[in-house]
Amino acid sequence: MASTQDIIARSATTTTSSSIRQVDEVAKLIDTTLCIGCKACQVACSEWNDLRDEVGSNVGVYDNPNDLTADSWTVMRFEEHQTTEDDLEWLIRKDGCMHCEDPGCLKACPSPGAIIKHANGIVDFNQDKCIGCGYCITGCPFDVPRISEKDKKAYKCTLCSDRVAVGLEPACVKTCPTGAIVFGTKEDMKEHANWRIADLNRRGYENAGLYDPLGVGGTHVMYVLHHADKPEMYSGLPKNPTISPFVGAWKGVTKPLAMLAMAATAMAGFFHYIRIGPNRVEDDTHTQGTSAQVQHFDPSESRDPSQGE
Amino acid sequence: MTNHWNDIKNANLVLVMGGNAAEAHPVGFKWVTEAKAHNQAKLVVVDPRFTRTAAVADLYAPIRTGSDIAFLGGLINYLIETDQIQHEYVRNYTDMTFIVKEGYGFEDGLFNGYDAESRSYPNKSDWDYELDANGHAKVDPSMSHPRCVYQLLKKHYSRYTPELVSQICGTPLKRMMEVWDTIAETAAPGKTMTILYALGWTQHSIGSQIIRAGAMVQLLLGNIGMLGGGVNALRGHSNIQGLTDLGLLSNLLPGYLTLPRDNEQDYDAYIAKRAQQPLRPGQMSYWQHYGRFHVSLMKAWYGDAATKENNWGYDWLPKLDEPMYDVLKYFDMMYEGKVNGYFCQGFNPIAAFPNKAKVGAALARLKYLVIMDPLVTETSEFWKHVDDYNNVDTASIQTTVFRLPTTCFAEENGSLVNSSRWLQWHWKGGDAPAEARPDVFIMGNLFHHLRDLYKKEGGAFPDPILNLNWSYQRPDEPSPEEIAREFNGKALADLKDPNTGETFLRAGQQLSGFNQMRDDGSTASGCWLFCGSWTENGNQMARRDNSDPYDMGQTLGWAWSWPANRRILYNRASADPSGKPWNDKDKRLVWWDGKKWTGTDVPDFAAGSDPADKMNPFIMNPEGVARFFARGNMAEGPFPEHYEPFETPIGRNPLHPKFPNATSNPAARVFRNDMEIFGTADEFPYAATTYRLTEHFHYWTKHCRLNSIMQPQQFVELGEVMCKELGIKAGDRVRVSSNRGFIEAVAVVTKRIRPLQVDGKTVHHVGIPLHWGFVGVAKNGYITNTLTPFVGDGNTHTPEYKSFLVNVERV
Repeated sequence: MASTQDIIARSATTTTSSSIRQVDEVAKLIDTTLCIGCKACQVACSEWNDLRDEVGSNVGVYDNPNDLTADSWTVMRFEEHQTTEDDLEWLIRKDGCMHCEDPGCLKACPSPGAIIKHANGIVDFNQDKCIGCGYCITGCPFDVPRISEKDKKAYKCTLCSDRVAVGLEPACVKTCPTGAIVFGTKEDMKEHANWRIADLNRRGYENAGLYDPLGVGGTHVMYVLHHADKPEMYSGLPKNPTISPFVGAWKGVTKPLAMLAMAATAMAGFFHYIRIGPNRVEDDTHTQGTSAQVQHFDPSESRDPSQGE
Repeated sequence: MTNHWNDIKNANLVLVMGGNAAEAHPVGFKWVTEAKAHNQAKLVVVDPRFTRTAAVADLYAPIRTGSDIAFLGGLINYLIETDQIQHEYVRNYTDMTFIVKEGYGFEDGLFNGYDAESRSYPNKSDWDYELDANGHAKVDPSMSHPRCVYQLLKKHYSRYTPELVSQICGTPLKRMMEVWDTIAETAAPGKTMTILYALGWTQHSIGSQIIRAGAMVQLLLGNIGMLGGGVNALRGHSNIQGLTDLGLLSNLLPGYLTLPRDNEQDYDAYIAKRAQQPLRPGQMSYWQHYGRFHVSLMKAWYGDAATKENNWGYDWLPKLDEPMYDVLKYFDMMYEGKVNGYFCQGFNPIAAFPNKAKVGAALARLKYLVIMDPLVTETSEFWKHVDDYNNVDTASIQTTVFRLPTTCFAEENGSLVNSSRWLQWHWKGGDAPAEARPDVFIMGNLFHHLRDLYKKEGGAFPDPILNLNWSYQRPDEPSPEEIAREFNGKALADLKDPNTGETFLRAGQQLSGFNQMRDDGSTASGCWLFCGSWTENGNQMARRDNSDPYDMGQTLGWAWSWPANRRILYNRASADPSGKPWNDKDKRLVWWDGKKWTGTDVPDFAAGSDPADKMNPFIMNPEGVARFFARGNMAEGPFPEHYEPFETPIGRNPLHPKFPNATSNPAARVFRNDMEIFGTADEFPYAATTYRLTEHFHYWTKHCRLNSIMQPQQFVELGEVMCKELGIKAGDRVRVSSNRGFIEAVAVVTKRIRPLQVDGKTVHHVGIPLHWGFVGVAKNGYITNTLTPFVGDGNTHTPEYKSFLVNVERV
């Protein structure tokens, strides 16, 4: 992990962070126009992060696992579009945390230091401090974090902050066979994107462009899209993502509270109670029902589950 | 591959047809990305399904499965009609000027000499050139002689009009012409197209001829032997290229030498037939050295026991009473109860061969079955009842099954030959678990046991076993290094230069190339093509120098490529007849520097042959040029002709609607009892095809948790339009049945499979991935090959996994 001095923002904290170091902002650039949907990045992510999801089911689409989970931090989303009578596009997008410059999850998080942002732009979750309230999900305009059924804590892509801290690229970048995922300083990635966009323009994609949405201050995971004018075509990538106004509304209340450790703890208990219910031994059926409820809590859910059709 | 993976980046156009490179070869596919990025290359995909390769293509055209010869034949006609061919290349480097015998003919869908009774062409002698008094082929440089290959080719494909082709293939006419025009652009001498194909071309009853048709297109465009050109087979296993190189097919010996037939008892006649003399003046005809390779092989196998007096042990070689004991033939014999025992080494036939019911019944008629495999396979558990997935009556199966766990490639040293023909050495990564042993240990011990029995008890013919040369340090387990050195070969006596009399190699030293081989017993080599891979300079396969001085991806210091470390085959053809590259700017490969051939690759040619001497680039052919006209080498005729799959959705061949004999390949491999269970379109209306997915490798990775997470459960792909008709929604469970059985799977409903208009009918495709079975950690599924027909290509006998008929119902 990067040293604490490189943390420039903490959830539910107003302490000013150190800022004397000159740190380049990093970015991962995902070129949807080169992606062949091989899912090697999904496998590499699971291997590096020691994650093993369930062997699931096929629900009638290529997307497997069918959605992000606490054990699958990135998934390929496939969407088919008939463009003309003879032409089809099969748009494949690697979904996962966008590492927003202005992270809604961090703003929404009531637990001090459970969500942090590094000077290089990486947004990271610290599960030791996570209270499992799920407010990061509410705060996320991309519907990324997931609460684990095992420990009731929130998980998402770390942009391999542990690898990046020692000068390695994220595992998905390392494994991508076609060079559709590249990593470097944000500036370099923008330049790389420009080169790719010029090639796409030459191939007739007039609206090719970079996805680096301003509504969240830009992102440290960016996409090259053939149709940058219509990001929704890529399995519902939001056109103008912004942080939910709900996050701003209660932020004023929680911030002073958060400064008081006792109050924060109390609130943690409160949130835990209303989200998970009291800690007690349940019979199997009831536990399953509760878990399912937890997993499905997802106020920003907007995706059509049949999007693969 | 005539070329190699890295060379794809040099192409101006990448045609993926009969393959799905992005999904089946995702790592190699990066070279397509390189071609697009640095060469502004276009990617064109022709496939029944809009695949993940199509998802990143510049142009996609749908095609009905099994109709590729129509598509390519139409393209040949179009290129000739619109005069978009590389004239100088075609005139000088191909057989277009050669005159064919008068008896050759083609009528009513059949070539001359067909025998319906044996379903074959027993006499192919008229499928050949007219010879002059010197035994040289007659040519007409003006290409106007009515029987010159150019005129015959032109006539043959004139029937393949764009309209008719579009009707056969179901490819919309406009889109087909776009593809053809894009391809035609590479007729320019400076431009190249690479063709990437895989089993989507091979696994048809006309597979070999589809590939020939692809090669003919490349010859017309002058794209063979060129940087970024070629006809490139993407191999489906990491070492399947090595398997064929080492002759592990029943009619082959290592290095594409061939086993004699039973009418070839005379050694000299056997050699003479294969040591072909030049058919044109001044040509190399490299196979004229067949004898050297053969004798060196026999010396490697039999050592001192192989002598000139006993014809180097010729009598010990088996003489085939059948053209080939291919898997179809062998399992048919097993099914007929004619086989007692079967050794199954690294193979899963009940999952991998067509018609699971027949293969299962065949295995049940064995007395014993030996499985050598690192994994538990369906074949090793063919006797086990597993719900509907393997619905057998275990008690009625009496076969004794022995399972011998073997090491996998990462648990031993060795070499793999990749699609690029590179022999790459690899080092053991870890110890094998438990009792797993290398295959060579098991085979070595079996050999010693058999030899002891022959010694003790005699037997009908003990000589081939007793005389075998087995001089390894550990007789029970020869090391990969010893075997590799043996394939390369060594001098058995001091070798002297015939001109200077100087000794250049001492007895016992490793040969440095196959040009050092002799037919007098003074050299030994287990595979002449691999000679040069382990020389006195050590293991060349272990080289890892990736320097690339011309920035063309040739990396001559990386591993070792057969033959003679040449990276692009027939590369002499990259230069014009005067020895100057067709494109001196960015396609220069080899050239004549005034004294010798040199360049960015090892010249595939006689290094000192002055262009003025007019030796031609295709040095393995006795005529020195590439063949449009296959002579007598193909089972079904000298020119590829479109024949329908044996299970055809349209029931007739639109090229020969009145001649049922010419509906499907008249010379395909088919057995009577299988013929009877072909389905027809009235009962099984949908055209089905089987394939792999990128998430899995064959039947192996369903044993791996991560692969199984990525693609957990068996599914079939169905088009939206068809599903609307049948009331099927994504995620529904459907039953897919052929005349041989059924499978059930989840329906993936997609726009990517569209209905095609074929011969006045609407044809829907059904896509069936093959990875599931009843062992492993993925969800249990049905063996996809329950459905496929037991019929093979006429030449390779590869089964027709890619085209058959099914019905689909919701369950």
